[in-house]
Amino acid sequence: MMRASIVRQKIVLDDLIGQAASPAFGATAIFIGTVRDQNEGRSVDGIDYSAYEEMAELEMSRILEEARNRYSIESAIVEHRVGELAVGDASIAIVVAHPHRGAALDALRYIIDETKARATIWKREHYSDGTREWVGSPADRPR
Amino acid sequence: MTVTVRLFASYAESLGRSSIDVELHEGGTVDDVLRSVAALPGAERLPPLPLVAVNCAYARSGTRLVDGDEVALIPPVAGG
Repeated sequence: MMRASIVRQKIVLDDLIGQAASPAFGATAIFIGTVRDQNEGRSVDGIDYSAYEEMAELEMSRILEEARNRYSIESAIVEHRVGELAVGDASIAIVVAHPHRGAALDALRYIIDETKARATIWKREHYSDGTREWVGSPADRPR
Repeated sequence: MTVTVRLFASYAESLGRSSIDVELHEGGTVDDVLRSVAALPGAERLPPLPLVAVNCAYARSGTRLVDGDEVALIPPVAGG
C-alpha cells in the first residue's frame, strides 16, 4: 500500500505498521519526527502546523512514487499531522516495508528528506517567552 | 478571466487574508498575478519572487493561466 495523508488527530504508529505490512516483507523501516523543546537556542513550548493540504498530499504522493521508482518499494505510508502540537508529539510518521532492509532504509531517508524540502507544510513555533514565529527554509525551486 | 490566489502561513498573515480573486487578461501568466498581489497592502513583507504553485504543482513565473486556475504563493516550507 502507498498512502500520503495530512491528519489532525494523534498519529497511531501501530496502525501504520499494520497497513504497510505483508508476509512478503522482512523489513519495516520507521521514521518519527517529534516536536523538540528547543530550536536555535530558544525554548519551545509547542508548534502550530498548517498546510496547503491538497497540494501537500499530492506532493507527498509524488515523493512516494519517486521512491517506488528509485528503490522498488511497494509499501510506504506517510502521515503528517497539522494543528497545535505539544513538545514530544509526533508531527510526522513514515513507514516503509520491503522484502529487504536496504531498500526500506534508503527509501525512508529519501521520503523524509524530500518531504521536508517540498511538502507545503508550515510551522509556527511557540516559545516559552510567549512569542510565536514562523520558521522554514525556501522550498526547492521547480526543476 | 479570473484566477484564485491562495495564501498560507506568514504570507496569509502579511496580507490579512487567505484567498484573493484576481482578474487577468486572456493569456495572463503567474507573473501578472504576482504583480497584482504586490500592489496589495501588506505585500511589501513578501519576497519579490515567491515560490508559486498552479493547481497544486510547483510552477514557473512564466506559466500561462486559464480561467479558474488556483495559484498558490508558497512560503518557505517547514514540514517534518
